[in-house]
Amino acid sequence: MRIRSINLALTYALLIAVALLFVLPLLWMVCVSLKPPAEVLQPSFLPTAPTLTGYREIVRSAQFDFLLYARNTLIILVLSLAGVLLSSSIAAYGFARVPFPGRGLMFAVCLATMMIPFPVIMVPTYMLFKYLGWIGTLRPLWVPAWFGSAFNIFLLRQFFLGIPKELEESAMLDGCTRWGCFWRIMLPLSRPALAVVALFHCLAVWNDLIGPLIYLTHQDQFTLALGLQFLQSKSGDTPWNQLMAASTLVVAPVLLLFFMAQRTFIQGIATTGLKG
Amino acid sequence: MKQAHFGTTGRRALSAGLLWTAPWWLGFLLFLALPMGISLYISFCDYPLLQPPVYVGTANYQALTRDPVFHKVLLNTLVYAALAIPLGTIVAVLLAALLNQRVRGLGLFRTCIFVPTVVPLVGIALVWLWMLNPEYGLINGAVRLIGPALDGANNAIALLTGHRLAWLGELAAGPKWLALPGWAMTALVLISLWGVGSPVVIYLAGLQEIPEELYEAAMLDGASATRRFWHVTLPGLSPVILFNVIVGLIGTWQIFALPYVLMRGEQGPQRSTYFYTMYLYDNAFRYLKMGYASAMAWVQLFIILALTAAVFLASRRAVYYRGT
Repeated sequence: MRIRSINLALTYALLIAVALLFVLPLLWMVCVSLKPPAEVLQPSFLPTAPTLTGYREIVRSAQFDFLLYARNTLIILVLSLAGVLLSSSIAAYGFARVPFPGRGLMFAVCLATMMIPFPVIMVPTYMLFKYLGWIGTLRPLWVPAWFGSAFNIFLLRQFFLGIPKELEESAMLDGCTRWGCFWRIMLPLSRPALAVVALFHCLAVWNDLIGPLIYLTHQDQFTLALGLQFLQSKSGDTPWNQLMAASTLVVAPVLLLFFMAQRTFIQGIATTGLKG
Repeated sequence: MKQAHFGTTGRRALSAGLLWTAPWWLGFLLFLALPMGISLYISFCDYPLLQPPVYVGTANYQALTRDPVFHKVLLNTLVYAALAIPLGTIVAVLLAALLNQRVRGLGLFRTCIFVPTVVPLVGIALVWLWMLNPEYGLINGAVRLIGPALDGANNAIALLTGHRLAWLGELAAGPKWLALPGWAMTALVLISLWGVGSPVVIYLAGLQEIPEELYEAAMLDGASATRRFWHVTLPGLSPVILFNVIVGLIGTWQIFALPYVLMRGEQGPQRSTYFYTMYLYDNAFRYLKMGYASAMAWVQLFIILALTAAVFLASRRAVYYRGT
């Protein structure tokens, strides 16, 4: 009995230490962002007199136009999110419920494309968008989302397959069309899966650096991630409390989204990993 | 008559199917097959972007074999993968096993470990840049606290073996992390461990799928906790480990944002944190050598496919699938 309780105490001590290690960098980011400039280089962890000076100054500076970057990021986010949800679920429905010759092969190809990493098609995709005259616009960052993504199609198809066919069959007997079945039965029943797709898409857009780095040419089109990278690459004289304030501003919305939808996130990760 | 009937329904089914799946195959043709076709052709061309491509045969591929920078980025990426993937797997499995012990506040601990994985990489990189600052960073602050102990350990080692460990001495003094080749790579691997949260969540779910009866049976047979871990937990988890290793393998070949931001778009001390995708990016968008960059992209795809196939083959004996 005593050994058990010692074991338990050790487990908790270890868990608390590990948990602290994982959140420490983020806590430190917030702490530094709240320090007054004079205190930044002092070793203390907590700011003695927390202040929003860092935030005020970084938002005002010409080097980091937070509101403009946030607006650009949101435009890409909304336009691509609508595209990803609609196109992936339509294609997934096709793979799950519309039997046609060659479907299996087509789905296999779809799965295989998940293996192809973006850097491999980076150069020709850039050339394609250059040919279309889209370099220096937000279009390369959201238009492709309207053509489905293999991973989301896979995820939604698996979910659709788990919904009993009888629902649609009886609706079709009552004269419901395929589109009606998809739109009025399948989509409403698939909210949990759609939420997972939407969440991961939001994260991917918010965090993407290489896409904006390649396609955007003017500072007034920058996304938050690219703006932050740009600020950092020119940060010779930007004080660290301001840099950490900028970081916090970019990180905070993601954390907020995460805490609001934690369950969906973790279940999404767990199921894709287990069934994938 | 019957034949014709089948033909029309077949054709109707085909057109319905193609219509439904149109978003995918249109995107596949337009944004994947077409670019890959172009890329394959361009990889056999000299193409400085501003002038039309000129066919040069396999010159780009031959140049790759002689390019010392290419060899360096290949080596760096392999070293990083060889360190980050096994370490990440071990840490993730251990953390998942730790979380799986029916502790209270499981959700809170899991959240803490998972949170770093959702944070934008650029923001993470910026925080770590400051954490790793040799003078003011938190890391060297902690190192200085345990510095005397590390020095003591080093003295003990010197007494036993006659040699002081150079790296331990450097660590005790608080290294200039991102300015020294070995330490910069170490820092990147450590940061990658910080992002181990999503494998932990996947492993945790995997652990919970292992039937309780197996553990009970093992305990009846008198198996110790360690033996239960090796003979029940690990085999049960092996398909999930395989999945994560492959995802990790594909991911490490794409590592870009973190070193790019940490090194301000440069190559790191003595090119020690210059990775495959960074060199590909620089060739394409800095030096405008589109043909050369395309050749690199095709080599990258083949390396990834070959490594994945190798992992699959190597895992055939090690992975245990329940119910098959």
